[in-house]
Amino acid sequence: MASGTTQEFNIIGTRPVRPDGVDKVTGRAKYGADYSFPGMLHGKVLRSPHAHARIKSINYEKALKLPGVKAVVVGKDLPELESKIEFIGEISLNPHYLAHNVLARDKVLYNGHAVAAVAATSLHIAEEALALIEVDYEVLPPLLDVRDAMKADAPILHPSLRNKEEPDKPTNVANHVQFKRGDLAAGFAAADYIVEREFDTSMVHQGYIEPHNAVGVYTSDGHATIYCSTQGPFDVRSMSARVLGMPVGNIKVVPAEIGGGFGGKTTIYLEPLAVALSKATGKPVKMIMTRSEVLRATGPTSGSHIKVKMGATKDGKLTAAEVWMAYEAGAFPGSPVMAGAMTILAPYVLEHLQIDGYDVVLNKPKTAAYRAPGATNAAFGSETVIDELAEKCGIDPIQFRIMNGAKEGSLQPAGPPFKRIGFIETCQAIANSEHYKSKLTGKNRGRGVAAGFWFNAGMQSTATVNIHADGSASVVTGSPDIGGSRASMSMIAAEVLGLPISEVRAVVADTDSIGHADVTGGSRVTFATGMAVFEAAHDAVRQLKERAARIWERKFEEVDFQAGKAISKNNGVPPMSVKDLAAKFPRTGGPITGRASVSARGVGAAFAVCCVDVEVDPDTAKVQVLRATIAQDAGRAIHPSYVEGQMQGGTAQGIGWALNEEYFYDNQGLMRNSGFLDYRMPTCLDLPLIEAIIVEVPNPGHPLGVRGVGEVSIVPPPAAVANAIYRATGVRMTELPMSPSRLFKATHKKGS
Amino acid sequence: MHDFTYEAPGTVDEAVRLLAAPGDGARVLCGGTDILIQMRAGVRKPSRLVDVKGIPELRQIKFDPKSGLRLGAAVACIEIFENELMQKHYPGLTEAAHLIGSTQIQSRASVGGNLCNGSPAADTTPALIALSAVAHIVGPGGARDVPVEEFVTGPGQTVMKPGELLVELRIAAPKPHSSDAYLRLIPRNEMDIAVVGVGTALTLDGNRCVAAKIALGAVGPTQIVARKAGESLVGKTLDDAAIENAGRLASEVCTPIDDMRGTAEYRRHITGVLTRRTLQIAAERARKN
Amino acid sequence: MTHKTQVQCTINGEVTEFLCEPRQSLLETLRDVLGMTGSKEGCLTGDCGACSVIVDGRVVCSCLMLGVEAEGKDLVTVEGMAQESELHPLQQKFLEDAALQCGICTPGFLVAAKALLDRNPNPSEQEIRYALAGNLCRCTGYDKIVHAVLDAAKVMQEG
Repeated sequence: MASGTTQEFNIIGTRPVRPDGVDKVTGRAKYGADYSFPGMLHGKVLRSPHAHARIKSINYEKALKLPGVKAVVVGKDLPELESKIEFIGEISLNPHYLAHNVLARDKVLYNGHAVAAVAATSLHIAEEALALIEVDYEVLPPLLDVRDAMKADAPILHPSLRNKEEPDKPTNVANHVQFKRGDLAAGFAAADYIVEREFDTSMVHQGYIEPHNAVGVYTSDGHATIYCSTQGPFDVRSMSARVLGMPVGNIKVVPAEIGGGFGGKTTIYLEPLAVALSKATGKPVKMIMTRSEVLRATGPTSGSHIKVKMGATKDGKLTAAEVWMAYEAGAFPGSPVMAGAMTILAPYVLEHLQIDGYDVVLNKPKTAAYRAPGATNAAFGSETVIDELAEKCGIDPIQFRIMNGAKEGSLQPAGPPFKRIGFIETCQAIANSEHYKSKLTGKNRGRGVAAGFWFNAGMQSTATVNIHADGSASVVTGSPDIGGSRASMSMIAAEVLGLPISEVRAVVADTDSIGHADVTGGSRVTFATGMAVFEAAHDAVRQLKERAARIWERKFEEVDFQAGKAISKNNGVPPMSVKDLAAKFPRTGGPITGRASVSARGVGAAFAVCCVDVEVDPDTAKVQVLRATIAQDAGRAIHPSYVEGQMQGGTAQGIGWALNEEYFYDNQGLMRNSGFLDYRMPTCLDLPLIEAIIVEVPNPGHPLGVRGVGEVSIVPPPAAVANAIYRATGVRMTELPMSPSRLFKATHKKGS
Repeated sequence: MHDFTYEAPGTVDEAVRLLAAPGDGARVLCGGTDILIQMRAGVRKPSRLVDVKGIPELRQIKFDPKSGLRLGAAVACIEIFENELMQKHYPGLTEAAHLIGSTQIQSRASVGGNLCNGSPAADTTPALIALSAVAHIVGPGGARDVPVEEFVTGPGQTVMKPGELLVELRIAAPKPHSSDAYLRLIPRNEMDIAVVGVGTALTLDGNRCVAAKIALGAVGPTQIVARKAGESLVGKTLDDAAIENAGRLASEVCTPIDDMRGTAEYRRHITGVLTRRTLQIAAERARKN
Repeated sequence: MTHKTQVQCTINGEVTEFLCEPRQSLLETLRDVLGMTGSKEGCLTGDCGACSVIVDGRVVCSCLMLGVEAEGKDLVTVEGMAQESELHPLQQKFLEDAALQCGICTPGFLVAAKALLDRNPNPSEQEIRYALAGNLCRCTGYDKIVHAVLDAAKVMQEG
């Protein structure tokens, strides 16, 4: 497949209105919480008020007696699963931990941990019923700090947890990953400058505006349908089946529109509970989380402690890097520390490096993926240290990165060499940007830059392209559309079929109606599902050519397909458009559906570089972001507006992570800010316009050159903001978030 | 939410009668922007909500150049902001009211509700105190007036007794060369509860200050009047040194805590900063009056 | 034992009657009693604006208003912004300018922006940001939303 060359497109690269858009701007689009069924009950979850406790008993008799309450489900009503690593669908995880997170059994491990679920005829009655469930807890001391949890004398959260390095020792360290190459000592010895710093980042949440939801409908034939807002309907199906002890094929998941995910809606919370309650009551059961439940009891991302030591020669060549990182896994193992270790330092050529990462359990919610999971924490550390080294060398921070920048063939931290990548080009895009070339004037202001890397994913997708009776088409995939991917899917199919975009509709189907798709996440939908759509559309074209050949009584090889028409290479027959062919389908062999399924290879890695200008109020230490620019290599932007949207959104989340977002736990392990008042995400008054510069270094592994774009833009901003604050105040911040209180303390200490 | 009854009286007397249930039996529903959140969280569980937005006395803004302002307790903050008399005569109170929450909250929240909620961080309370506002309360025993600086007695607690209704806030007409100002510090640019809020009102004679009152919010269990700071300015020229000194005195008298919105050390520092800044703004406005 | 109140109000220009319990918020009433699911629940504390509705010309968080308080009021929800099948300029510009990604915050933004433009037909970028600070979006970083409101204002002034 030709790629990497300059291709001329009619539709790809343009900015049509998305096909699902009208429903979204009129309020017609159905998100999970918008579903309603006759006889439907409402479910609510009773959650642990303690961060760490043994459950001695649960008594829900009084709750069942409340008029309107129809059922209560507790941990012992679900199957007990063995603790081991399994593949559930395509995901490797421990079903024992998954099931225990959905509903606690003998222990609660974080404030908000689900203990019981109730179904009642109204939401308010269900809430009243929760207060009538009596749980006898034996409160245990909570473990809340990642370094405390690693100490030899730390209380052990899971008595049976072991790691590979010390297989006989009870531990809170679930995993230790290490990448190393070269000779660290020699590398540092060759350095003229060495910078060593320690960093702390707080647990933060994806912050999607739509809370989790699920409607479970269990029917008496042992089947269940789940309507929910999810990034991965096939994963919801397999995970729920596992937790409930049902055959996978007996569960159908219907993906509703989804109000944001960013990785946080790739696992299960309410879904199996809704099905269990539906089974117990014989009615559909709808469950929606409150915002407090979302923050306390879904999957934020890890807080972390990170040490970075790097050396460079005075000419600005990096010589060595040593990293130690401990990530909070939450109540069960599985932080993104491995990804953090694979992405940190990836933009740079480094002969000598060692990265050690630790996955640590403690009494906080089990972490889930958050947009380039693990990478942002890590980059906060490495990109700050790089900035310091550049300054010591007297070299412009962008030039420093270009000088040390990874190219095709450079080795990633985890070992494999890069294929064709666009890091240098992305750096140059910032260097040449109006923002970077402009002078920043005014007191208390500073400019900072930082880079980020994310490897992106391929994985599996299926697509069908159905040609309708009037020659229009629909593209069917199983990839929930979070950011506008239906637009890109329609565009790819329309481009291949030669149809106007208005005649191609994209549909997200349920798990019975389309073949397997892995999660919408990992920056993979435009890449992998797009690849499946591309191939399915080509399959439809092949069949259209065959049909034309049959109609013209010519050989297949004599038929060409261009600009939406089948053309006879030997002249004498007028071309037939898709519409013409479709009109003849019934009498020439039947309907045409193109299909393809992929396990996509050829993933293109993504780099982003961010530049921000800040002003710091010298009296209040409040930071105002004056200007922000993000450059990112998208390979090929199918729909530039939605690529820009991903870039701007990731940048905004990164700025929130940098300035004000954090989880406040008191010393009992209770989350004190489980609402949008005190979990402070940026409002539109907190941000400037965000310029998004799309760089296109086509990915040779994809027929259209696509690289995933959804994630990497969140990685650089915290370090970019920190580097800007440094230039504005002279103070290097090593703790996130850089809220006014914290920044004041740091600048006040310095006496500046 | 727990179950409750809802009443919407049309007169003060009817409201007082409905509020007479003992304990937490009945509460006023004004803008709803505090009470509904508290009820959802189970923090307050009134058996009856008395919606006072239909009572004319609580919705009016009346200003007389001699007798001053009578501000209905249930006037929405956005209406205060849009009122030219409020902007002209009480710009500090007006800007405090306008800082409460988003546009959506502004459409509903009221100064009376903000005061009666009794939060140490309420935005309009320091501004009211700086203006020596008086709360006019009507209850089963008749009417009484309480200076706003005595109104809040602890976090979430006020002098209001069962059956009482805050009807209006009364503020004296501003003297010539007087004005007020309110500033708060929040981590974002909107939507946050004040980390520190300072309300200042002063009267000038030339460049000399003849009266000054400074009230601090969010730095103690209730609002604090920084009396020494205000007194330090009386009779003095309002120059940088005097303002600096007043800021210092104000930060010495506050009793902030460490919490998830800010540290005590930071709040103490910001108290000084905002005291200085509000004094400068109030002075500039007063010079123009 | 719950008791319901009969409420009469105008919603999107139509006189509407419904029954609700006092404890049902206006948001819950719109969504669960009237089936108007366009207004969304994001936080129930008035901090995200996803539930924004216009009441007597002012934009409010419907999660912080009771259904019974709607008596006699004139409500506008996202469902009432399009006129028959013609989209409001704000809706049109949100689509053209790609000002929505997941779309969950979009109804709230459209309603709040409509309330803004009805009062201030020619707002600056800062005025738009100030007026919409009560609407959280996690997907877009607000850039394209601000552009869409500016573009819609232009269209509405010309039209």
